[in-house]
Amino acid sequence: MRLEKREAPSAVMLWAAPLLAAAASVVLAGLLFVVLRVNPLAALRLLYLAPIASANGVAELALKMTPLLLCALGIAIGVRANVWNIGAEGQFTMGAIAGGGVALTLGPAGGWYVLSLMLVAGILGGMAWAAIAASLRVGTNAHEILTTLMLNYIAQNILSWLVHGPWRDPQGFNFPQSKTFASAATLPSLWGTRLTPIFFVALLAAPCAWVLLQRTTAGYRLRVAGLAPAAARYAGFSASSTVWLSLLIAGGLAGLAGIAEVAGPIGQLVPTISPGYGYAAIIVAFLGRLEPFGIVVASALMALLYLGADGLQMHMQLPLSLTGTLQGMLLFLLLAGDVRVANRVVWRRG
Amino acid sequence: MTDSPAPPPDAPTPLLAVRGLSKRFGAGVANDGVDLTVMRGEIHALLGENGAGKSTLVKAIYGVVAPDAGTIEWEGREVAIPDPNAARRLGIGMVFQHFSQFETLTVAENIALGLGGRESPDALTPRIRETARRYGLAVHPERHVFHLSVGERQRVEILRCLMLAPKLLILDEPTSVLTPQEAESLFAVLRRLAAESCAILYIGHKLEEIRALCHTATVLRSGRVAGTCDPRRVSPTELATMMVGSDIAEPRRRASQPGRVVLTVSDLTLEPDDAHGMRLDGIRFELRAGEILGIAGVAGNGQKELLAALSGERLSRRTAIRLGAEAIGALGPVARRRAGLAFIPEERLGRGAVAELSLAENGMLTRLAAPVVAAGLVRRGAARALAKRLIERFKVRAAGVSAPAASLSGGNMQKFIVGRELDARPLVLLAAHPTWGVDVGATVAIRQALLDLAEAGAGIVVVSEDLAELFEIADRIAVLSSGRLGQAVAVSQLTLEAVGVQMAGQAAEERLDAA
Repeated sequence: MRLEKREAPSAVMLWAAPLLAAAASVVLAGLLFVVLRVNPLAALRLLYLAPIASANGVAELALKMTPLLLCALGIAIGVRANVWNIGAEGQFTMGAIAGGGVALTLGPAGGWYVLSLMLVAGILGGMAWAAIAASLRVGTNAHEILTTLMLNYIAQNILSWLVHGPWRDPQGFNFPQSKTFASAATLPSLWGTRLTPIFFVALLAAPCAWVLLQRTTAGYRLRVAGLAPAAARYAGFSASSTVWLSLLIAGGLAGLAGIAEVAGPIGQLVPTISPGYGYAAIIVAFLGRLEPFGIVVASALMALLYLGADGLQMHMQLPLSLTGTLQGMLLFLLLAGDVRVANRVVWRRG
Repeated sequence: MTDSPAPPPDAPTPLLAVRGLSKRFGAGVANDGVDLTVMRGEIHALLGENGAGKSTLVKAIYGVVAPDAGTIEWEGREVAIPDPNAARRLGIGMVFQHFSQFETLTVAENIALGLGGRESPDALTPRIRETARRYGLAVHPERHVFHLSVGERQRVEILRCLMLAPKLLILDEPTSVLTPQEAESLFAVLRRLAAESCAILYIGHKLEEIRALCHTATVLRSGRVAGTCDPRRVSPTELATMMVGSDIAEPRRRASQPGRVVLTVSDLTLEPDDAHGMRLDGIRFELRAGEILGIAGVAGNGQKELLAALSGERLSRRTAIRLGAEAIGALGPVARRRAGLAFIPEERLGRGAVAELSLAENGMLTRLAAPVVAAGLVRRGAARALAKRLIERFKVRAAGVSAPAASLSGGNMQKFIVGRELDARPLVLLAAHPTWGVDVGATVAIRQALLDLAEAGAGIVVVSEDLAELFEIADRIAVLSSGRLGQAVAVSQLTLEAVGVQMAGQAAEERLDAA
């Protein structure tokens, strides 16, 4: 058996690969449950069906989708421009800190405008954090893969210091957490669930990202820079604007996701505000083929994995690290499928 | 089989015998029952237009492509060549036209990897120097590949193959970026190899070269063998007709008087932006409307740097470059284009065009202004109309405006890029190696298009290492050597030999400062 390069990528495989990867990951998950000595069918039902069996479950799914979708859109725009932002997690955290800072400063005194200020601060916080990586890349040619990753740890430590120190709630029995946000500083929840309107903002961000990439000259420049840097130089597209634009968009989206999380379901600043959304979003971006609409579907799937793995932990006492295992499996299967998009398998003797 | 005695001398076993080789790609047939016989010590030309199936044939021999049908015999035995490693074990070496090297590694490191990575680059360096010296290939083992021009990289590839002492060396258009002297020294290398009974399979389409070098020529047309001949005994016209299948036209020269000065370069001095780049040293020339100025020189003498300075990819002193009366030295590529400059770069895919994007999206690469753009948005209808116009006007063979650039042959992609730059109606056009690796038909069309543009009143600077091309289309030729530009001399007062000598840098005293 050997692989032979196709003249043109297969259009069928392009869209079949993620479906095949999803199907194969269900089968492999089943096998994994057999190895873990639990009833595979019951476990699969818990993993894939139980989370969305109720209206509340669907709302929880949409809630989990929101940060994944926002972060993944930003990551995908970056990757299309060959700017590899691994720092969604840190930008998410800085968004939460900046927006949360507004909530804590204004306290219960603020009016309706508090929430808008928080959202703007969240977006700017994420952008500022991404701007550090952008300026390092443009100014000193330090690669963003390293800098954004390192900035994630710095952001996490800043959050940790704030909630252990200056922003700790004095009435919080010494727990490392801030005061809970005032009601004016909390996102409204919809239909008696924990879902917030930011979900719809995230959904709207997908077509906006598509228009940006496919219909604007800025998006065209980003794509050319990503596909052929020498062609971008030849055409006269500025390499530094590519880095700045894609990182600022990604940072803004991740920052929005961060503030939406703390002003929504969490309601205060705590040491851990993300179960790795920023990293999972990298998988989501690739699972969605770096295409905004694919990313909507992929973020729903990834959210389902999060919820399902929670259910498995609660009802079958399986370890939570199963989430990471299932996510990783999905990514590897997708990459394996991608090989088939560009290549065909040729069987021959010898 | 392997122990069988040597065949009688009157019927020597061919080194390589390909019989009935066929290869189909999707709907197209690349090779259709091709026969090819190569003897030991023979320099065998493989001729044909782009898309005739030459590359597929040699890729099958080198184990890159699996044939659908047919057999390959090596030294009288039928062999399977599943991959290039197997080919190398048999003693087959190949220099690809579009070879790939690790740009961030040094020459020695690249060669060490090419040899399987068993020997350390440091240990190889003396042998690399020795082989390079023996064959007269100017290669510095410690340089990083990303600093090297295409011509220099090709020398590294040839050297990499020679390090393995092959029995059959396949070369895919090796001289396309060499000067006549360099080509001549390469031919000396190849003749020496052939005398040492190494066979050479030589892909090319410069007919004079093949007639000077090769013992046998197999001509491919549309995937089939159109004929086999001794190239020394047939005329170039006969060979060309065999390749194309019909008679070919000579480019039509115009008779026009040069007009006003459209491009002035005065005392352009630029330090290199990397350690191994060439310093541009006081470059000065004038270009008039309706004139084609040829800049000859061996790759690595400042061509890349000069083109970058002229196109705006590198900025210089504001007044060092003037387009008409406007000082453009400090303007970037977009502003220079707006001022009336157009540029055909050396590399097609990846620079002049983006392989993955459609022709419609490639058409707007340097035309990102009205009518293709309105209020920051791409007007797709206008972009498609532009691409359609270029395809029709320059007879680009493509599946349509939605076809990805990568699906076009080299010649057709180049026609599209040339067309895009010409269609911008530039005041001054820069063209780097405009017909490098392009087939005969497209070469004629591209040269004619440049002549027509000059006739319409534009000034054109052609940087090329193909002297025959410069003599055919340029009005004046200047030689770029070690970052200095010699005086431009009218073609009628020049000989190929004189320019060649100057390119080789042996006539430094003849380099005069322009008055």
